[in-house]
Amino acid sequence: MDESKHLVEVKNLWKVFGIDNLTGCSFTSEDVRMIEEKKGIIAVRDVSFRIKRGEVFVVMGLSGSGKSTLARCLLRLIEPNHGEIMFDGLDITKMKKQELIEFRRHKVAMVFQHYGLLPHRTVLENVAFGLKLRGVKKNKREAIAREVIARVGLTGWESRYPHNLSGGMQQRVGIARALAQDADLLIMDEPYSGLDPLIRREMQDELIRLQKEFKKTVLFVTHDLNEAVRLGDCMAVMRAGKIVQIGSPEDVIARPANEYVQRFVGDHNRMQELSAGASKIASA
Amino acid sequence: MFPESMEYHISSHIDAFIAWLNVAGEAQFAAISKGLLSMILTVYNLLVFIPWWIWIVLVALIYWYCRRKLVSSIILALLLMSAGIFGYWSAAMETLAVVIVAVLLAVLLGIPLGILMSQKDKVEVVLTPLLDAMQTLPSFVYLIPVLMLFGLGKVPAVLATFIYALPPVVRLTNLGIRQVSDNLVEVGEAFGANRWQLMKEILLPLSVPSILAGINQTTMMALAMVIVCSMIGAGGVGYDVLIAINRLEVGKGFEAGFVVVALAIIIDRLTQGIAQRWQNPGMAKE
Ligand SMILES: Nc1ncnc2c1ncn2[C@@H]1O[C@H](COP(=O)(O)OP(=O)(O)OP(=O)(O)O)[C@@H](O)[C@H]1O
Ligand SMILES: [Mg+2]
Repeated sequence: MDESKHLVEVKNLWKVFGIDNLTGCSFTSEDVRMIEEKKGIIAVRDVSFRIKRGEVFVVMGLSGSGKSTLARCLLRLIEPNHGEIMFDGLDITKMKKQELIEFRRHKVAMVFQHYGLLPHRTVLENVAFGLKLRGVKKNKREAIAREVIARVGLTGWESRYPHNLSGGMQQRVGIARALAQDADLLIMDEPYSGLDPLIRREMQDELIRLQKEFKKTVLFVTHDLNEAVRLGDCMAVMRAGKIVQIGSPEDVIARPANEYVQRFVGDHNRMQELSAGASKIASA
Repeated sequence: MFPESMEYHISSHIDAFIAWLNVAGEAQFAAISKGLLSMILTVYNLLVFIPWWIWIVLVALIYWYCRRKLVSSIILALLLMSAGIFGYWSAAMETLAVVIVAVLLAVLLGIPLGILMSQKDKVEVVLTPLLDAMQTLPSFVYLIPVLMLFGLGKVPAVLATFIYALPPVVRLTNLGIRQVSDNLVEVGEAFGANRWQLMKEILLPLSVPSILAGINQTTMMALAMVIVCSMIGAGGVGYDVLIAINRLEVGKGFEAGFVVVALAIIIDRLTQGIAQRWQNPGMAKE
């Protein structure tokens, strides 16, 4: 029963940059000391977590804490050095090349902070890109793409090129491209970090709306606690490659595990007080 | 003076080797010769089959379509017309036929080579110094080996031109592919592109501007080389320049030289114009 409740199960994941020869390393405390001596960068350090089906799982942490590396390891865009990534009962780390390609084509879809749109393709072609890689026929993939484009509110922009679009619209295309895949897991790496606060808020509301409608499983990376609280069903706080706390956002705010988490929460609370104060003034 | 007793010649050995090679590979060389010659002839016949004024109008129209510059279009048309006015129309077409065949060969070999070079670091390590050397060698040097194997005429001229003009298109194809941003490559991989799809959907389309710049440079080098190749029987305008030099006919030399320059400008402007027009619509300024 537990098996089917969780879509993703990551166990003892490690990723080290800067040292090549780590195949077969089992990351005992001895090994870790040696890696640190050789000035290897441990971007992901013994990370374990589980993502329930249909939930938004937020990974939060300061810049350089290893969030992107962790997200990319799930797709093996970055090869982890050690650990297990179970996806629907299959171990991703053990997949062969072709299996991995099929997995990326059908099971996951990713949204990037830098949007990652193809400049030489129209909005429609960009949204249909993943389907094209799968080998879906042109008519069919364009029909699907149009549907998704309508869903993110970009109808009428199909034949434009990315450089004609504002940042917010470009990211909508990025999201549409991921939604068109109809994948089991959506990985979003700081999708809204490049957007100004108003658009950002709007996009968050949109994601909440889409989420209500489609009940996707989402791994959402951010460095903003407000965003984490608004979107997340569950959140993990990362620091220097380690997950220092996992729990519901309310839990994390109420009981920060250490001083690092406390700092995030402090900022968040100050913001809340400020906006509460502002609304009091407005209503007075 | 260098003592004559210390002189040693290897020319007789080389001659013997070439004589052997010519016998051993006779069938192959003959086949290559025949194929290239018929290509050159086909292109030449096409060039002269179309009336001169159509070419002039076409050049102006193409440039107008690509760049929307009226004065430049007219100047290009007039430059082409000068070839006819100075009496070098068919010579110019002969030169162009050799250039076109050589560039075609260079592109057909150069782009795949550039792709291979971009994918395999080892190939790049081997090819880079080779291409560097090819670009620093004086063009004359290329005449010797082809002359040995193919004698005089248009075929060795095409081959020498093709080899001389090859480096830019290889180099710029490789460079263009390597310059594609890692972010976009990652997007391709994240959505499950295999190697071939990555090349076709992302790497190649995004390196089109660079590849076209390479083709432009290759074409310019080919034109320069064809003129030099008049020494081994390429014919065309270069031959008239050569004759004028030998006879010290300054006026004639100027006319022929002017036509060469005119051809160079036309080819350069046209290939650049087409390149800009064909560039990825998403990246073109509107
Ligand atoms: N390809 C790489 N080679 C070497 N070191 C890397 C590489 N990618 C990331 N790192 C290092 O790994 C650590 C974690 O990086 P990562 O990009 O995962 O952080 P992040 O939490 O996503 O930060 P940000 O919020 O800035 O995106 C950093 O110290 C970074 O310098
Ligand atoms: Mg990051």
